[in-house]
Amino acid sequence: MPALHNLLGALLKATAIPYNRARHRFAVFAASVTFLLIIAGALVTSNDAGLSVPDWPTSFGSLYKIPHLVGGVKFEHTHRMIAQFVGFLSIILAVWTWRADPRRWMKYLGVTALGLVIAQGILGGLTVLFYLPPAISSAHAALAQTFFCVVVLIAVFTGRTWMEEIPQIESDERRPSLVTLTLLSILVLYVQLILGAMFRHHGLSWWPHVVNAAIVAIVLAWTSIRALSRYSAIDSVRRPAITMLALMIAQLCLGFVAFLTRVAWGHDAVQPELPMVVSTVAHVAVGALLLATTAVLAVQVWRHSPVALREHIPSRERKPVAA
Amino acid sequence: MNKKIWAAMCVLCLLGVLAGCSKKENTNEEQGTSPSSEVKPAPASAPIDPATAASVSGTVTFAGAAPKGQKIDMSQDAACKGNNMAETIVANDGKLANVFVYVKEGLGDRTFDVPKDATTIDQKGCRYHPHVLAVMTGQNIEIRNDDETTHNIHPTPKDNREWNESQPPKAAPIEKSFAREEIMLPVKCNQHPWMKMYVNVVKTPFFAVTGADGKYEIKGLPPGDYTLAFVQEKLGEQTQKVTLAAKDSKTVDQGFKAE
Repeated sequence: MPALHNLLGALLKATAIPYNRARHRFAVFAASVTFLLIIAGALVTSNDAGLSVPDWPTSFGSLYKIPHLVGGVKFEHTHRMIAQFVGFLSIILAVWTWRADPRRWMKYLGVTALGLVIAQGILGGLTVLFYLPPAISSAHAALAQTFFCVVVLIAVFTGRTWMEEIPQIESDERRPSLVTLTLLSILVLYVQLILGAMFRHHGLSWWPHVVNAAIVAIVLAWTSIRALSRYSAIDSVRRPAITMLALMIAQLCLGFVAFLTRVAWGHDAVQPELPMVVSTVAHVAVGALLLATTAVLAVQVWRHSPVALREHIPSRERKPVAA
Repeated sequence: MNKKIWAAMCVLCLLGVLAGCSKKENTNEEQGTSPSSEVKPAPASAPIDPATAASVSGTVTFAGAAPKGQKIDMSQDAACKGNNMAETIVANDGKLANVFVYVKEGLGDRTFDVPKDATTIDQKGCRYHPHVLAVMTGQNIEIRNDDETTHNIHPTPKDNREWNESQPPKAAPIEKSFAREEIMLPVKCNQHPWMKMYVNVVKTPFFAVTGADGKYEIKGLPPGDYTLAFVQEKLGEQTQKVTLAAKDSKTVDQGFKAE
C-alpha cells in the first residue's frame, strides 16, 4: 500500500513536459545577473553611496547618459545599470515562460517575477526620492532577495532534473514534518533578512538581528539534519540540504566578522573601510544564497513528500512520462 | 463585489496616496530651506544699546591626550588632491577647535534681524571649509565647489527639510537657508563619504565657533544672565552660566574631556 501511495504521488508530481535547454539556461543567467545585482546593491549601502546620484528615474538629469563613474556614483550608477538589465531579462523571461511553458502556475510565476522587479525598481527610486527612509530601504533589500528566490526557482522548475525526473516519494511520519520545517526555515530567514536590513539602514539596533541569528541557526540545523537523515538517498533534497548547512555556517562566520568590523571596531570610522565593506557585502550575498537554497530545499522536499498537492498541467499538454 | 466597485476603490486609494504625498511636500515646504528672501523676517524687538553692550570670550580646552587624527583615503576620486585628515576632534596643545558656542538661554523673546550677507561653505580638496558653520535661521548660505569633481550636498536634519543636490565643478554657487533652529545639523557628500560638516542654526546673532587656538568671542550682548552652551560634534554639549553687566567683558573658559 505505501508503495502504491508513493507511486501515485510520484506520478502526480511528475511534470511530463519537454525540457527546453535554452529557456533553462536563460533562467540560470537571469538568476546569476540578479545575484550580481544584489552584490552591487550591497556595495552601494556599504559605501554609503545611496544618494550619490540625487535624482531618479534619471541620473543627473539623463535617462541614458553614463555619468563620470567616480566616488559613490561608481557604485550607485553601476547598480542602476545592472538593475535595468535585470528588468530587461525579466521581461524576456516572463514573455518566454508565458508562451512556452504549458504549466499555468509557471506562467504566473514568470509574471510575478516581472511584477516584483518593477516593484523593486519603484522602491529603489523611492529610497532616493525620500532620502533613504529605513522602512523603504529595508523593503528594497528584502524584495531584492524575494525576487532572487523567484528567479532561482524558475531556473529550478525549468531544469532537466525537475522536468524529467520521476520524484521518489519518501514518507515522513515525524512531526513537525520536513515540509513544515523547510517553511519554518524560510520564515525565520525572512525575519532575519528584515532585521538585518533594518539594522543596516539605521532603523533598528543590531541586537534583534544577532538574537534571531541563534534561532535561525537552530531551525536550519534541525531542518538540514532531518533532511539528511530521512532523504539522504534523494539527490535533489540532499544537495540543497548540505548546501544550506554549509552556507549557514559561512553566514554565521561572516556575520561575526561584519559585526566586528562595522559595530565593534568601525563605529568611529570616518569613511567606509575595506574590511567592513568586504565583510558586509559578503554577508548580504551569502544571505541571499542561503535564502534561495532554503527555498529550493522547500520545493524539493514538497516534491518528494506525500503532500496532497499536484502540479496542474492542461490535459492537452500532458505527455507520457519517460520511464 | 463587481469590477466597477473594485476599480472605484483602487482609484480612491490612489488619490488618497497622492493627496498624502502632496500634503507631505507642503509640510516640507513649510519647514523651508529656500533662500531667506522667501522667509518673512520677524520684526526686531527693542534694540540693544551699543553703549551698554557686553562681550564674553574665552578658550575651550581638551583635557587628556587628543585622539590621533585619522588619515582619509581619497583614492577613489583622482580629482580629490592633497592630504585630508578627519576633523572629528581637532585639538592642538590642548586647545579645542570647531566648538560651537552660543547663548542658549537669557535672551527671552527678543528677535533679531537676519544678516543680509550670505555665509559660505566651500568644497575644496574634497573637504568642507569650514567644518563647523553657524548661521541664523533664514540666513543665506552660499555653497561653492572649488574642486574638479562633482559633489553632492546633503544635509540630514532633524527639524529642517532634508535636501540633496549635486554640484558639478565650476557650477554656480547653490544658495540655501534653514528655517528652524537646529544644533549640529550634519551635512555630507554621498559621492565622497568622508566629507562631513555641521551647520548650527540659531535665532540670535550671539554665537561663535572656536578656531584652531580654541578661542571664541561673542560681542554685543545686552546686560543680563545667560547660559552659554559649548557644543562639540562628538563630545556633546556643556553649559555655563554667566552674568554680564553693562560694558562687561568677561572670560568664560570651558574644558572638555576625552569620552
